[in-house]
Amino acid sequence: MSDTDYVVSALLIAGLFFFAAGSLGLSRFPDAESRLHALTKADNAGLGLIALAVALYWGSVAVAVKIATVWLFAILAAGSTAQILARSAREDEDSRP
Amino acid sequence: MSLAFELLLCLMILGTAAAALLMRDALGAIVFFIVFGNLLGLAWLAIGAANVALAEIALGAGVTGILLILARARLKVLQDDLDAPATATWLRLIAAAICAGLAGLLAAATLSIEPADKLGDRVATRLPDLGIENPITGVLLALRAYDTLLETFVLLGALVAVWSLAPGGTRSQAPAALAIRDTAARTVAGVFGRLLLPLALVMAAYLVWAGSDLPGGAFQGGTVFAGGLLLAALGGAVAPPRIDDARMRTAIVAGPAVFLAVGFGGIALGRFLAYPDGFEKALIVAIEYFMALSIGVTLALLVAGRPVTPALPDRED
Repeated sequence: MSDTDYVVSALLIAGLFFFAAGSLGLSRFPDAESRLHALTKADNAGLGLIALAVALYWGSVAVAVKIATVWLFAILAAGSTAQILARSAREDEDSRP
Repeated sequence: MSLAFELLLCLMILGTAAAALLMRDALGAIVFFIVFGNLLGLAWLAIGAANVALAEIALGAGVTGILLILARARLKVLQDDLDAPATATWLRLIAAAICAGLAGLLAAATLSIEPADKLGDRVATRLPDLGIENPITGVLLALRAYDTLLETFVLLGALVAVWSLAPGGTRSQAPAALAIRDTAARTVAGVFGRLLLPLALVMAAYLVWAGSDLPGGAFQGGTVFAGGLLLAALGGAVAPPRIDDARMRTAIVAGPAVFLAVGFGGIALGRFLAYPDGFEKALIVAIEYFMALSIGVTLALLVAGRPVTPALPDRED
């Protein structure tokens, strides 16, 4: 294994760790806000690490730019939907007796 | 891709399919159906069918998922019973037998195709004449154009069916605005939608253009366009027009109409849907662009639903 392979493996494992932590938070946290917190923070960190690993693995600038674009849209979408979901969850709580 | 990954993927597909079927809660079943569609898209990708994967994820999981979620919200407003009553055992057994029989027949049909069958070669020998390198586009738009033409009419027919459900007096109204009611959430969705709509347009145009040589095509591009329109509509950046709006109606029928016109033009050459020599690629790309426009607008309007009286919005967000 070359040096790059070690870096890629380390990034993948770190990314998977964050995804696992995010999923654990999603299933274990008590309310909608903290679940969203787990999903948006931990999963986005995991996604960034895995995107970095993929870009390094392919070793081409063109692929790296494409992966970076995908990553950017994924976090934009995640951030926007998290805001909307959190508001909707708060409304549901307010309307509950 | 490795065998372990493919086996895991198969297990996950079967698991999510079973969850979607067996779950009694409607929303849970829909969520599992969407996950199932995305995993199925990954499976298509794993066997190298990027075109089908794109269509499955965009249409099978994305658009169908949104339609199901909206249908559930509508049923809740109508206070319809969302939980289906338990089905009788004999009915379940019959359904299981029919589904198992169908699955068996499909498996037998698939396995009966010789691995060395020459269909791929026969398609490949005809593609250079068309100037097209993506075999799927070649089959869809040239060798089996009839099927694709009829598919575009099916989509148009679905929209007409939705509109025909409109109560009297609303025939010239617009569908209910999809915009989120909460002001701050709508602002967030609006910023995202305004950013994404032009990018979705570029991506859709690219997908259609790339479709002649690489994975892509009118259905994939049209769905991306519809997604951009819907996100912009959620943020209030665009609103669905009145259903008698002439420009919108032109956009809806442009794809099927251009396809049909080219088809009739082929009669002059001796056969319905025959392309004149040397103009195959130009005509196919033109048809695909008009189809992508129609598919995008039609899908977005299908999600927007039937027209309503402006004073009495009847949709729950």
